[in-house]
Amino acid sequence: MFRLALALSAALFATGAAAEQRTIVDAAGRSVPIADTSRIVAIGGAVTEILYALRLEDRIVAVDLTSDFPERAQQKASVGYMRTLSPEGVLSVAPSLVLAIEGSGPKEAIDVLEKASVPFVLVPEAHDAAGVVAKIRFVADVVGEHEKGKALANAVAADLATVAASRPPQDQRRKAIFVLSMAGGGPMVAGEGTSAADVFALAGVQNALTGVTGYKAANEEASMQAMPDAVVMMSRGEHVANADEVFASAAFAGTPAAHDKRLVVLPGEYLLGLGPRTAQAARDLFVGIYPDRPPPAVPERPWSTDTE
Amino acid sequence: MTTAVAGASMTQRRTRDFAAIGIAAALAVTAAMASLVIGPIAIPPQRVAAILFGFLDGTATAGRDAVVVLDVRLPRTVLGVLVGASTALAGAVMQGLFRNPLADPGVVGVSSGAGLAAALWFILGAGLGNLVPWNLGTLGLPLSAFAGGLIVSATLHLLSRREGQTSATLLLLAGIAIGAFTSAGVGVLVFIASEQQLREFTFWTLGSLGGATSTKIALVLPFALAFMAVAPRLARGLDALALGEAEAFHLGIDVERLKRVAVIGVAAAVGASVAVSGVVGFVGLITPHVVRLVIGPAHRLLLPVTALAGATFLVTADIVARTIAAPSEIPLGVITAGVGAPFMLWLLLRQGLAQQLR
Repeated sequence: MFRLALALSAALFATGAAAEQRTIVDAAGRSVPIADTSRIVAIGGAVTEILYALRLEDRIVAVDLTSDFPERAQQKASVGYMRTLSPEGVLSVAPSLVLAIEGSGPKEAIDVLEKASVPFVLVPEAHDAAGVVAKIRFVADVVGEHEKGKALANAVAADLATVAASRPPQDQRRKAIFVLSMAGGGPMVAGEGTSAADVFALAGVQNALTGVTGYKAANEEASMQAMPDAVVMMSRGEHVANADEVFASAAFAGTPAAHDKRLVVLPGEYLLGLGPRTAQAARDLFVGIYPDRPPPAVPERPWSTDTE
Repeated sequence: MTTAVAGASMTQRRTRDFAAIGIAAALAVTAAMASLVIGPIAIPPQRVAAILFGFLDGTATAGRDAVVVLDVRLPRTVLGVLVGASTALAGAVMQGLFRNPLADPGVVGVSSGAGLAAALWFILGAGLGNLVPWNLGTLGLPLSAFAGGLIVSATLHLLSRREGQTSATLLLLAGIAIGAFTSAGVGVLVFIASEQQLREFTFWTLGSLGGATSTKIALVLPFALAFMAVAPRLARGLDALALGEAEAFHLGIDVERLKRVAVIGVAAAVGASVAVSGVVGFVGLITPHVVRLVIGPAHRLLLPVTALAGATFLVTADIVARTIAAPSEIPLGVITAGVGAPFMLWLLLRQGLAQQLR
């Protein structure tokens, strides 16, 4: 009886916020000792989503500008843009842990936080299905929720596998072009090595723009020459791109995309975040591009719908 | 105001000068103290004072508050004082030198050169870093911005020399041409930049005192101090220059030397400032105008008071930048231009400035 009670209390402690001290090796290869995970600053939309999916929202004290899902996350204090963090601003919410997506900074801010004994962990960015799963497990391990993380990661991995199984064979894949914005002259489009290209690959869609890396202002003739079968864009708040407007642009005139009026518009962080909702985003992208094929049987999950 | 002074005795003028400098210094010290006490984290002033005294006599205090005061607020404040003072002073010197109320430190090409070099660093950073044998780390950006500012200023200075003389008009026009050329260079880099590099560069062009460290202070300090030491010696020459170049020459001013010292001093001080804090707009343009309205155009008094006022302006703007949207921070240039521009318009509408410029 005494033994059981001891085991129980040990289990309670292990799942509690103040678990024993662990050391995590983060994305930059730094060894970070972690003791208390009760007050977390989450930087990066995917990091915030993972913490909400693990039902740890009570431990989040502040988020960054990209953390727009679930909507109630925006009620948390905001520490601003992930690359220009203000050290005193972050310290002012009295965090016991900063979980930031790779690329957050600047270095001076990280140095000050370290000096103030606030553990700063950089979460590795994902580029494919395995990366998304690893990202989830990494975040869960840092906050001491190994088992819950495993369950979430397994569910997301299963959903991503479902999408992968629906992907058409290479020679039947359609080509799409991701347009970041239509403002100004030519459209800003996504080349190789972008998160848009990564999500295209997950959904079995070919990136029409090859031989270019990063987001570029494309020549109108170049985007015409790419002959995309579809145009993919992000919705920004209430503003949703209108197919007539997009296809009226010279950049897409005469392309198969304009002919079929095939425009897919999805929320930015949903489409590009490479977090727990990526399987659903890839499914939606698939449905938009291949309306003639059976959709991947990816269910909505508690973390992919904004419930409250 | 100047006519009143003409009739006053020497001692009265002295007293008035000391009073003006004293008041400006008191304001600067107040702003600096406020900057150490105010921030997103509430730390009582007594505690701040205890931490600072502990720092001074070597009994360093540990803990979060100490880190905030000593590693965040203190370097920010010192950097704000140095950058604000040298930028405003540079503005006063440039306006005096060009006899043009629109002149600002950017005229000598520092900002555009530094901007181009900074864009190069942001976008090709890794490649540039490999050109030198040692690891620059976070100093890479300020050092390359500084080098860029100096290279463009030197080019401009050489271009505008004709038969051993520097033509102010030529310098101004060549500065505009070189500015256009560097922005074309920035445009090319922006074109090949990734979205993230672009965003970082945009933030840099809006200026910030965030990320202030003792290394950055060490980088700007020698240039700022040297410029502040040299500037008072330019006062008599700048006053004479207000009458015209030939008149100044006949008053016994070595006009060529004056121009050279002023341009080099401004390039070095502003180059170092831009390097550590990005391009903080408007401080160099507006501060001298406001000070001139209050104390008159005599450079003997204008220069030191402008330097103190610039420090006050920038440090105060930084307090707003880091507290108004806490825990996040808004770019410093947004505050200086957002508050400075309406303030200047208000002054213009009050006719004061308009009459002065007539």
